Amino acid sequence: MSSRRAPATRTTLAFVLVAGLCLLAADLQIITLSPWDELGRMLWGVVSPNFREPLRLADALLQTLTFAFAGISLAVMMGFPLALCFRWAPVRIYCAFVRAIHELFWGLLFLQAVGLNPWCGVLAIAIPFSGVLAKVYAEILEEADLRPLQSLPHGAGHVEAFFFVRLPDVWHHLKHYSGYRLECALRSSTILGFIGFPTLGFHLHTAFLEGHYADVSALLILFYLLIASLRFWVRPRLVPIYALAAWVMLPAGTAFSLHNVTRFLTRDIIPAPVRGSLHDGPEALAEHLPQLAEWGQRMVMDQALPGAITTLLLSQITLITTGALALVLFPWISRIFVRGYLLELGRLAVIVMRSTPEYVLAFTFLLLWGPSWLPAIAALTIHNGAIIAHLIARHADTMALRPDAPRGLNRYAFEVVPRLYGQFLAFLFYRWEMILRETAILGILGIHTLGFHIDSALAGDRQDRVMLLILLTALLNIAVDAFSRRLRARLRLRTTAKAV
Amino acid sequence: MRTPHLWLFTAVALLVAFSAYGKPFTFTAIPDQNESRLRERFDKVANYLAERLEVEVRYIPVKSYAASVTAFKNNEVQLAWFGGLSGVQARAAVPGARAIAQGDEDQLFITYFLAHDSTGLSESGQFPQGISGRSFIFGSKGSTSGRLMPEFFIRQHLGGAPETVFSRVGYSGSHSRTIALVQAGAYEVGAVNYKVWETELAEGKIDAQHVRMIWRTPPYPDYNWTLQGDLDETWGAGFEARVTAALLEMDDPDLLAAFPRAKFVPAKNEDYASIKEIAQIIGLMD
Repeated sequence: MSSRRAPATRTTLAFVLVAGLCLLAADLQIITLSPWDELGRMLWGVVSPNFREPLRLADALLQTLTFAFAGISLAVMMGFPLALCFRWAPVRIYCAFVRAIHELFWGLLFLQAVGLNPWCGVLAIAIPFSGVLAKVYAEILEEADLRPLQSLPHGAGHVEAFFFVRLPDVWHHLKHYSGYRLECALRSSTILGFIGFPTLGFHLHTAFLEGHYADVSALLILFYLLIASLRFWVRPRLVPIYALAAWVMLPAGTAFSLHNVTRFLTRDIIPAPVRGSLHDGPEALAEHLPQLAEWGQRMVMDQALPGAITTLLLSQITLITTGALALVLFPWISRIFVRGYLLELGRLAVIVMRSTPEYVLAFTFLLLWGPSWLPAIAALTIHNGAIIAHLIARHADTMALRPDAPRGLNRYAFEVVPRLYGQFLAFLFYRWEMILRETAILGILGIHTLGFHIDSALAGDRQDRVMLLILLTALLNIAVDAFSRRLRARLRLRTTAKAV
Repeated sequence: MRTPHLWLFTAVALLVAFSAYGKPFTFTAIPDQNESRLRERFDKVANYLAERLEVEVRYIPVKSYAASVTAFKNNEVQLAWFGGLSGVQARAAVPGARAIAQGDEDQLFITYFLAHDSTGLSESGQFPQGISGRSFIFGSKGSTSGRLMPEFFIRQHLGGAPETVFSRVGYSGSHSRTIALVQAGAYEVGAVNYKVWETELAEGKIDAQHVRMIWRTPPYPDYNWTLQGDLDETWGAGFEARVTAALLEMDDPDLLAAFPRAKFVPAKNEDYASIKEIAQIIGLMD
């Protein structure tokens, strides 16, 4: 029976089965005692947003834009040349590595080495984004229609072929994808506020930790409006001007100190057992090797390995719930299913879902259900499900339907979903590694993911451990990414974000 | 071939020159409570210090205990208002750094254990053995009153790491969240900075029906002002003494409310030896 099923169906069933098995190990107990006072305060905050400090809000908004535009423009400048030599293995490995580390972790590493300098924020966005852009740009360029090559005059070289054949054909795809990454950059810029950059997230984090929900809601409303209005004011021709303005407005920071960078690289991140003896020659170093081995073993057995397992279990469950939510959500924001105010309402709801920081969602569900994996799964599902719904809805919007195409539920189940299912799986697999990275935020739930251990190492000012765990997290991400790429190739899914 | 080296040398020399000259005296503070008002409050403290020290003084806000330690390590700040643990971490990382003052209250700081009413636990003079096996929430992972000391007393009385003696262990990230989570019953028991509890109680934010204080820990040393070690060299002879004097002589209640402390008293590194020892026992420091 199963051999006759389509490969996409078989893959889906396999993933659902795996998620089911992961559920056996999950902690899903619900404990609700007296959440209503706090939830009432939150709700009151939502209906009475505090806009009484417009200057502070405007400044945070401007800083969010500044970091995002500076970061994304630098990412494009680095990513495009990288895309051109993406066939070269070292470039591919470099890109896989830089994008495997979350913006937040890049930011934290730079903060350690350089200090609270605006450049750290810009680089924290630009470096991982350049890796993503290089990969996607390369894939888009590869898919260019090369038939016009034949119309090139004799003697035209690679450069002409690139600029007159390849690039024009895929230009609008590159543009659209970069536009989508801009939205991602705005989200990242906001999140970087959580670790000290002066963006919306800075104030959001503070207000939320203090329980000032009226401030939280004002900041979130501003952020939703920012994302919702992107399509009105981000025009390809204006983007260079915005980027330029961002670089001009980047706040001044502390002076760069070579001493700090050196200390970070030659002392802080050296494993504690050999830190003292590293510069005393090979003999002193050799003496401490057993301690180093013990340190490494303890780190792997106590933190990295169990952390990686928990992270994977949680991600596999979340992957399925995310997919399910995306399939339910997307018709509400697609023109081929709904129109008029219903469509606008749906779009707004999905913007709220995908732009509310997972931390805020996780806390709310924690109040409701108590500490288990449930708040984590729900928070990550809402955030990622809404992002995928947004992406496939835009894909569906470009779909040509026959005049006699079925309507309503039939159109959904027998026409649209089957046609975009491959694209849907491609987006979901893309999101896989994102979900993996996002499980880092869940310390409040006491779930010991890799991110939890990184956070603990930071709190103990143990940069050696931070570095080791970040590198191991990156390796896990690279492995998942490689696996999902092979899966996509086997299913012959279009891996590019063409519809984006 | 020589020119690039010369350029590089000039650039580095300029950087070094810029980083030494014209930099204001900068301080930070751990974001332990009322973070949203910290900025305006500490700007006032900066004004006071500027007046007393006759140099430009600036306060820079940070988002976490770890970030304040990093800023101190990187010499982005010359003075910091640390917690007990973050102060020990910072002084361990920066040779010559010293604790110069602490709040009057910090000599005998305490932590409150809180419980949700469903636990049936009530205030007692003894360590509440009944919290064993329940879910427990700490504050920030790097907090002395919200994590280090409560964990120490838990290990002492229940004989094991929190993860082994409780059903679930979370870290809320702030004292205010800890109170909210225990009050909602999301966690059954938690540990909180007593000053934050008292403040929120006075502001009417706490519903005594759902959450109550069940135990006061024995006292321990907490917050402190810590200074970089080489300030007399860069800021002129006697500068360290003037900073210390300015802090100890701060008597404007409006300024002291930023901390909030009644007054500051002298402190030294040795006052925090017990904190360091406990951090090492718990495995938070090497």
